[in-house]
Amino acid sequence: MTQGIVIEGLNVWFGEHADRVQAVRDVSLQVAAGTSVGLVGESGSGKSTILRALTGLVSSWSGHMEVDGETLGKRRSLAFYNKVQMVFQDPYASLHPRHSVDQVLSETLALHKLRDVDRRIVSLLDDVGLGRQFRFRYPHQLSGGQRQRVAIARALAAEPSILLLDEPTSALDVSVQAEILNLLSDLREQRQLTYLMVSHNLAVVAHLCESIAVMQNGQLVETLSVADLRAMKANEPYTQQLLKSSMGYVRSDEVADG
Amino acid sequence: MSSLKLWLNSESPESRAQARAAAIYHGWLEFKTNRLALLGLLILVLLVLIAIFAPWLSPHDPFEQSLGNRLLPLGTEGHVLGTDSLGRDILSRLIYGSRITLYIVGLVALIAPILGLFIGTVAGYIGGWTDTVLMRFTDIFLAFPRLVLALAFVAALGAGIENAVLAIALTAWPPYARIARAETLSIRRSDYISAVKLQGAGALRIITRHIWPLCIASLVVRITLDMAGIILAAAGLGFLGLGARPPSPEWGAMIAEGRRFILDYWWVATIPGIAIFIVSLAFNLLGDGLRDLLDPKSGGAS
Amino acid sequence: MNLLEVENLKVSFPTRSGVFDAVRGVSFSLGQERLGIVGESGSGKSLTGRAILRLIRPPGRVSADRMALGDEDLLAMSDKQMRAVRGQKISMVMQDPKFSLNPVMTVGEQIMEAYAQSRRGNRRERRQKTLEMLEAVAIRDPERVFKAYPHELSGGMGQRIMIAMMLIPNPGILIADEPTSALDVTVQMQVLNIMDKLVSERGMGLIFISHDLNLVSSFCDRVLIMYAGRVVESCRADELYQAKHPYTQGLLNSMPRLDVPSERLSVLERDPAWRTAELDDAS
Repeated sequence: MTQGIVIEGLNVWFGEHADRVQAVRDVSLQVAAGTSVGLVGESGSGKSTILRALTGLVSSWSGHMEVDGETLGKRRSLAFYNKVQMVFQDPYASLHPRHSVDQVLSETLALHKLRDVDRRIVSLLDDVGLGRQFRFRYPHQLSGGQRQRVAIARALAAEPSILLLDEPTSALDVSVQAEILNLLSDLREQRQLTYLMVSHNLAVVAHLCESIAVMQNGQLVETLSVADLRAMKANEPYTQQLLKSSMGYVRSDEVADG
Repeated sequence: MSSLKLWLNSESPESRAQARAAAIYHGWLEFKTNRLALLGLLILVLLVLIAIFAPWLSPHDPFEQSLGNRLLPLGTEGHVLGTDSLGRDILSRLIYGSRITLYIVGLVALIAPILGLFIGTVAGYIGGWTDTVLMRFTDIFLAFPRLVLALAFVAALGAGIENAVLAIALTAWPPYARIARAETLSIRRSDYISAVKLQGAGALRIITRHIWPLCIASLVVRITLDMAGIILAAAGLGFLGLGARPPSPEWGAMIAEGRRFILDYWWVATIPGIAIFIVSLAFNLLGDGLRDLLDPKSGGAS
Repeated sequence: MNLLEVENLKVSFPTRSGVFDAVRGVSFSLGQERLGIVGESGSGKSLTGRAILRLIRPPGRVSADRMALGDEDLLAMSDKQMRAVRGQKISMVMQDPKFSLNPVMTVGEQIMEAYAQSRRGNRRERRQKTLEMLEAVAIRDPERVFKAYPHELSGGMGQRIMIAMMLIPNPGILIADEPTSALDVTVQMQVLNIMDKLVSERGMGLIFISHDLNLVSSFCDRVLIMYAGRVVESCRADELYQAKHPYTQGLLNSMPRLDVPSERLSVLERDPAWRTAELDDAS
């Protein structure tokens, strides 16, 4: 039995018949327990779709997926959600606008049938660096970074071993991004978490992950270690292009066409 | 600043009750800035008070006939708003009529939106066949002219205020179902719904706890704006003799009665007409204010 | 002579708890150069751009000691004169092309309309100009794109079309507010490349508003760093990494870098004194 995530020959599509759009094509990927893998690609490359298929938010998929040795079907059990949780991209969209922090966390705890709600909420808030004075605030009373901390607390409430991160910092300012990235690496160390992180920012992924899978047009282009990435040792031209563009603007006369 | 205000304005509330109270307080501050909406609310509060204290406020028994005092004009001693064709005091009838108006409004506001909310959110959230069946059913109701459908209901169930209310409620729900469905469609794909799904929440919980609170805002606005129409529909049914039965001081029925003498004794029909107008207007003003306050699309309560 | 001069620009909004000063005394001048304005959300960088075009709606209030376009006073202009300035002399490209293009008009019609506002000319001439402009923003098949509706185009193409539309009246100044942050990195580079070329060929002044320090330092000539509604530092873009102000340094250090791995990112400690400190000018 393998711990962690195993994905083999995953295909995901949206729509039926003539409208069918193939979002992910034949992707195979492994995330061993305790490691941290980044999925990199541009918008529409299918990287977020993989997370959505894994969590059961998208049901039109084929292939083989397993988590901690358990093969996933079309439906997910409560036990699965106990093990795998997700943090979404936009902290302004991932919290219910009329639910206070307290409501969000206590509902999550109740759904996972956990007791001792009061104590747990306070300790969750402490864990994500928010403190109890934030407990009864509504989302509009929180900054983007604080909201993302609440979203992380919600994901941690069930004490999962695997955290799926869908561009957790792309909607935040750089200084706030640093705080959230530090929090994520601290949490990973404290709780021995496994991360599968989606991002378009190579530097962010390199900071948090050990290996990186590059995607383009729904396909996996290549997988490489962060050391290779930092040394700019990419095999595929697409990865090299991504690397080059992420280093900043280079003045040139060549203009690519559309 | 008083300690209560301080408590309400606290940036870090210490209990659920405080957080909720603060949210309501801030909503009130926002609402207060809209003078016209405040006026609407004031009129409606007044209406409720009048209805409650009707026996003490009305100078006469609304049913007491006095054929010697028929069709007295406005400003007559003892009958400020005159009397009708049977010599009943119009002011007293108006005051008692407010109870009927509130009864109609309250009952319709209870039945129609809840039915609409339920059907709309279920259709929108579950989608597929359920959606198709429920929405075609809604379309059938929408396709009938409201008053005609209400007439058919009353004809089938018999005349009377309860049946009129039921008929209006049954014809009023489809627009609410449409609104609720449209809201649900835009909400159901949002990240916060996905997030609660990932906690293992079922459809029922998501609909009632997460989708309803967001739909209710736009429904409340729509209801208050529709209230005027509902009062008019009830008055219309009363006018046609299909709503409240004759001795009852329902405002629409009063107009119907006064119609016969409208040329010589205009006030008999006009006074209840003005009452309907004022209450309808109050509901509209309140509805506009609530829209500014509750509609998440127009900025909101932050 | 400078194309644009701004002195002591202030933007404020009344709120329930008093007046909120979003921009608090910003001064700068713009020549034929690429001037970057960087800052975090809420620093007032976008409002500065909008205030120059007098696009702040009431109850927001704008005031300045001086705001001059060449030798014309922008503050003294009537609304009608201001409309003539917008688009003709100063253009603005916004973050997301999806919200800036009219969804029910073809791309060609929209660009032609922008052109018609500045110049007379018959339809054929306008069409010709439009096609030339589309070619100038590196669209391979201008005839097809001319007839397309905005939703039929990708985000990168939409943004290039916005740039074409903004540049066709030949304005002296282009204000670009996060023009590439909705785009993928590779597309981003294309769009910047085009903007760079057009701006330098036409001798325009560019105000490039962005939160991306890396991008600004590599793309612009000069950078203003804004914090809490003020410019805290101004320096040459290629010297941004040697910036002196602790806020700028803090921002730079809080970015994860591909070439320099770090165990922990340093977290920016905000010093209240930055809100009031005077501008430290190194340029």
